[in-house]
Amino acid sequence: MQANEAASAPFSTQEVRARRDARDDRLFGWLLKGCALLVLASLLGAAGATLWGGRDAFAHFGLGFLTSSEWNPSDDVYGALVPVFGTLITSFIALLVAVPISFGIALYLSEVAPPWLRTPVSSAIELLAGIPSIIYGMWGLFVFAPFFADHVKPWLTNYLGNQPDDGKVSWVAAHVPFIGRMFGNDNPFGGSVLTAGIVLAIMIIPFISSVMREVFQTVPTRLKESAYALGSSTWEVVWDIVLPYTRSAVIGGIFLGLGRALGETMAVTFIIGNKMKLSPSLLDPGASIASTIANQFGEAAGLQKSALMALAFLLFVVTFIVLMIARLMLRRLAHKEGR
Amino acid sequence: MTESAAAGIHPQPAAALAPTKLRVRDLNFYYNGFHALKGINMDIPEKKVTAIIGPSGCGKSTLLRIFNRIYAIYPKLEAKGEIMLDEENILDTRYSMNKLRSKVGMVFQKPVPFPMTIFENVAYGIRHHERLSRADMEIRVEQALRSAALWDEVKDKLKQNALGLSGGQQQRLCIARGIALKPEVLLLDEPTSALDPIATGRIEQLVEELKSEYTIVIVTHNMQQAARCSDLTAFMYLGELIEFDRTEQIFTKPGKKQTEDYITGRFG
Repeated sequence: MQANEAASAPFSTQEVRARRDARDDRLFGWLLKGCALLVLASLLGAAGATLWGGRDAFAHFGLGFLTSSEWNPSDDVYGALVPVFGTLITSFIALLVAVPISFGIALYLSEVAPPWLRTPVSSAIELLAGIPSIIYGMWGLFVFAPFFADHVKPWLTNYLGNQPDDGKVSWVAAHVPFIGRMFGNDNPFGGSVLTAGIVLAIMIIPFISSVMREVFQTVPTRLKESAYALGSSTWEVVWDIVLPYTRSAVIGGIFLGLGRALGETMAVTFIIGNKMKLSPSLLDPGASIASTIANQFGEAAGLQKSALMALAFLLFVVTFIVLMIARLMLRRLAHKEGR
Repeated sequence: MTESAAAGIHPQPAAALAPTKLRVRDLNFYYNGFHALKGINMDIPEKKVTAIIGPSGCGKSTLLRIFNRIYAIYPKLEAKGEIMLDEENILDTRYSMNKLRSKVGMVFQKPVPFPMTIFENVAYGIRHHERLSRADMEIRVEQALRSAALWDEVKDKLKQNALGLSGGQQQRLCIARGIALKPEVLLLDEPTSALDPIATGRIEQLVEELKSEYTIVIVTHNMQQAARCSDLTAFMYLGELIEFDRTEQIFTKPGKKQTEDYITGRFG
């Protein structure tokens, strides 16, 4: 009898255990699904809330909201062109400056630098990424912008602009279309679209360069050796082997930086000048979506508040489009490589 | 006086076979202060296959990697001595790296196609040394792929990514890439260690065909491979060249006890 019980007991406990495991796994699965859905829900919620909040502005101005450059709270007329343009142009300048510099930093650290230098410089870059944006903003406003106004801007307006201080329009401004207008202005302050773009560049360099450095290190040694063995120089190995091998990750890193630049608020608000006027000159103050919202939300009510909500929704859309373009680019590249 | 010379190793067993292509004299190699190669002397004959065998860590790959100075891309590695290629010392820092690598090609242990199309893989190296018209480049690429016995398998997919080829095909592509530069010496560093027996057989056959045009040095830990496809065999142990002689000599009547122990499988 006893022997019989002993034999059946483990069987039934096994069955109990199997049932409990199945139930636990199911619960665990739901829990994980819930976590993932939370992300989706908050994304949709934020997009939906801004769209809902901006419904008055969209209804009132229609498509004109996108194409009008007039933003006038006293007449209650709002158009998003200036901030959208400011957001795109500052981010574009930031990428233009940050990508080559990050590339150089990452290459130096992964291919050229002596081993003892790699760790300290890499940690310095990571520390740079951790500086709060308000500090960049203050530095930009109190240090960089005055310096820029005193030392860089006169040079730019005199040699590239169409309104030089000495009245003599330079050769470049006279002969190359657009350049003169891009650098022509009479704004005496340093805060401008260009300075905001440069400060943004400094802020995103740590992100882009640390991603690049990490992916450059994943290139197999034997691949690089094979290229050297065919007579490539270091530069050729980097350009022909390392970069194509890591291309998609490098582009991913660049868009990570771009995503940050598009939404950056504090630093840009400090330095962009916050002027709601469309100007072709990079030396003129402007506004970005984030800076406009940060500046005006405190006193906004009614239609203005709705217009700011609508702006927030546009920031969503702009970011989304940029990420889609990145995806498309990656797919086309993969296609071109024959994969 | 180096140890091997003192031990009476004749550095040129092949003097009767062919003129010397690479003359190695008193070669010592150090990394981070570690003495990895000790007084190597050997004469590698032109248009013959020279195999280097020995247990892991004996320095055979290190020796091979000095012949095209690929070690020089890393810091703290140092070669002392003399390696004469066509009466010029390639260890001289004034010797152009670009020139050396156009004369001495190398194929590595694992197949490493570049992340490009098959055509570009072969054309890539040529572009570093010569400017060719499109038509000439196509001819050169085809020649190289034919010599590497790969043309028939890839001629319809030259525009595809090389990573889609099988391991054996990739390795032949790497050989094609090496010979596309028309080098004089071809270094093979355990070229079949990552391949299956059939692919290995093809590569060995290819080595046999290529030796009429190139001086080949092959490092292998497969003794049968050395016996099958080389004219001369060098046995290395702990950074020293123990014995260097005709292959049949080494495998039938080795002059040294250590060589005999190794080829009969008593150690290694």
